[in-house]
Amino acid sequence: MMRREFVRIIRIWSQTLLPPVVTTSLYFVVFGTFIGSQLPPIHGFSYIQFIVPGLIMMGVITSAYSNTVSTFYFAKWMRTIDEILVSPTPDWVVITGFVSGGVLRGLLVGILVLIVSLFFTHFQIVNALVLIAALILTSVLFSFAGLINGIYAKGFDGISIVPTFVLTPLTYLGGIFYSIEQFPQFWQNVSLANPILYMVNAFRYGFLGISDVPLWICFSVLIGFNLVCTFVAVYLFKKGIGLKN
Amino acid sequence: MTPAVSVSDLRKTYKTGTVALRGVSLEVAQGDFFALLGPNGAGKTTIIGILCGLTVKTGGEAKIFDASIDTDPVKAKSYIGLVPQEFNINIFEKVIDIIVDQAGFYGIPRAEAIKKAEPILKDLGLWEKRNEPSQQLSGGMKRRLMIARALIHKPQLLILDEPTAGVDVELRRSMWGFLRKMNAEGTTIILTTHYLEEAEQLCRTVAVINKGEIVLSEPMTTLLQRYGGEEKLEDIYLGLIGAEKEEVKTA
Ligand SMILES: Nc1ncnc2c1ncn2[C@@H]1O[C@H](COP(=O)(O)OP(=O)(O)OP(=O)(O)O)[C@@H](O)[C@H]1O
Ligand SMILES: [Mg+2]
Repeated sequence: MMRREFVRIIRIWSQTLLPPVVTTSLYFVVFGTFIGSQLPPIHGFSYIQFIVPGLIMMGVITSAYSNTVSTFYFAKWMRTIDEILVSPTPDWVVITGFVSGGVLRGLLVGILVLIVSLFFTHFQIVNALVLIAALILTSVLFSFAGLINGIYAKGFDGISIVPTFVLTPLTYLGGIFYSIEQFPQFWQNVSLANPILYMVNAFRYGFLGISDVPLWICFSVLIGFNLVCTFVAVYLFKKGIGLKN
Repeated sequence: MTPAVSVSDLRKTYKTGTVALRGVSLEVAQGDFFALLGPNGAGKTTIIGILCGLTVKTGGEAKIFDASIDTDPVKAKSYIGLVPQEFNINIFEKVIDIIVDQAGFYGIPRAEAIKKAEPILKDLGLWEKRNEPSQQLSGGMKRRLMIARALIHKPQLLILDEPTAGVDVELRRSMWGFLRKMNAEGTTIILTTHYLEEAEQLCRTVAVINKGEIVLSEPMTTLLQRYGGEEKLEDIYLGLIGAEKEEVKTA
């Protein structure tokens, strides 16, 4: 199943890999080079250096999420999922298959965006371990989230509502383009309620060694959300919600 | 010998409030060729869905060979090959990939699956089409593809939900031949169909379900004999269903 996902990603790479790369490249050009050059440095880094980790994260989040939500919903829509349900494949294998597809695509997009960013700026990686851990945990999390969305989705609308009205706003407000220290106290507190902020900051710490929030909180949030999503997905499968009559 | 399928007091009420099964009990012996007949909406697909783990039952029990669908669903499922009533093939995938992917769900590695797929696809006349996307197959070919897919793991119990719907006469005959061969080789087969002649030709046991209740379940020969050996299954069937309908009206 994982192999099939991988083949699929490569086969339709122009749709699965290219868009996030193009979008983020535009961000690099517009925000990073044009506007960023007018801005004062943040925490001693140029604006473009500051936003690169967040932009990679944005690509990873949207790709992982949309990959699982669309593959899963598509399988439901064509009823090919039934073939998996009638086979003696344990639920956890099915879940792992779909999630790993999302993780794979998230990671591929992340790497591509990283490569593109090297055309615009340069940086050193401060802590590779933190970086990789944040990257993997985030893509796993959003693959699970996409799967849960796919389980509940009843129509093609159902797979775009959450990304448009929840995911995109949260990502934009997730401290990708700014440090929350630049905000008034009230908005700082509001931002702290946004889980994506913690992921972006953990990831940014891996690159630049700076974070708006303590690292251990970031990882607690990441691991916590991962556990919750895993649990929810397993539970939904067991109950057959959205899958069985 | 444990029966291939034993179902007792199976009940199903859908979320919409439709009562599809009102306490169905059935037994299918190993090696049998079993016809499950009944008018549209009688509950045939619902029973099959429950046996295969696609539909959640409301009550009752079911066992596939020695495995209960409740306590040992993975084992129960491993015995079954299902050809569903509705098409559910990935139209973008190639014929051979569909089969090989399916084999994967049963833990058969790729190389082995390709080897196993060859005779099955040849038997069903799909070998030449193996590299075509399933989208380009005709309706009858898609049906055969679904049969091939259900057979890749050599199931001991093959369940076919209206496999011959929309299949031309000639092809239907060749599918009959194929199913007979499968049955002769030891596969237990459950078949639903609206072609009574088909059931009469193929099956050794008949069950008729109407409005979620079994109204008859016995060997084909006994049934035909009871009616003097003159009436065809179709007439008997219509009598049964008609009588039932009147009973319901007067009740
Ligand atoms: N998903 C569903 N939700 C609600 N009701 C359903 C659902 N599936 C089937 N039903 C109802 O359950 C009853 C039995 O349906 P089922 O599909 O088992 O009939 P069937 O015997 O297979 O009929 P057919 O010969 O037309 O295939 C019908 O009244 C049908 O409307
Ligand atoms: Mg049916």
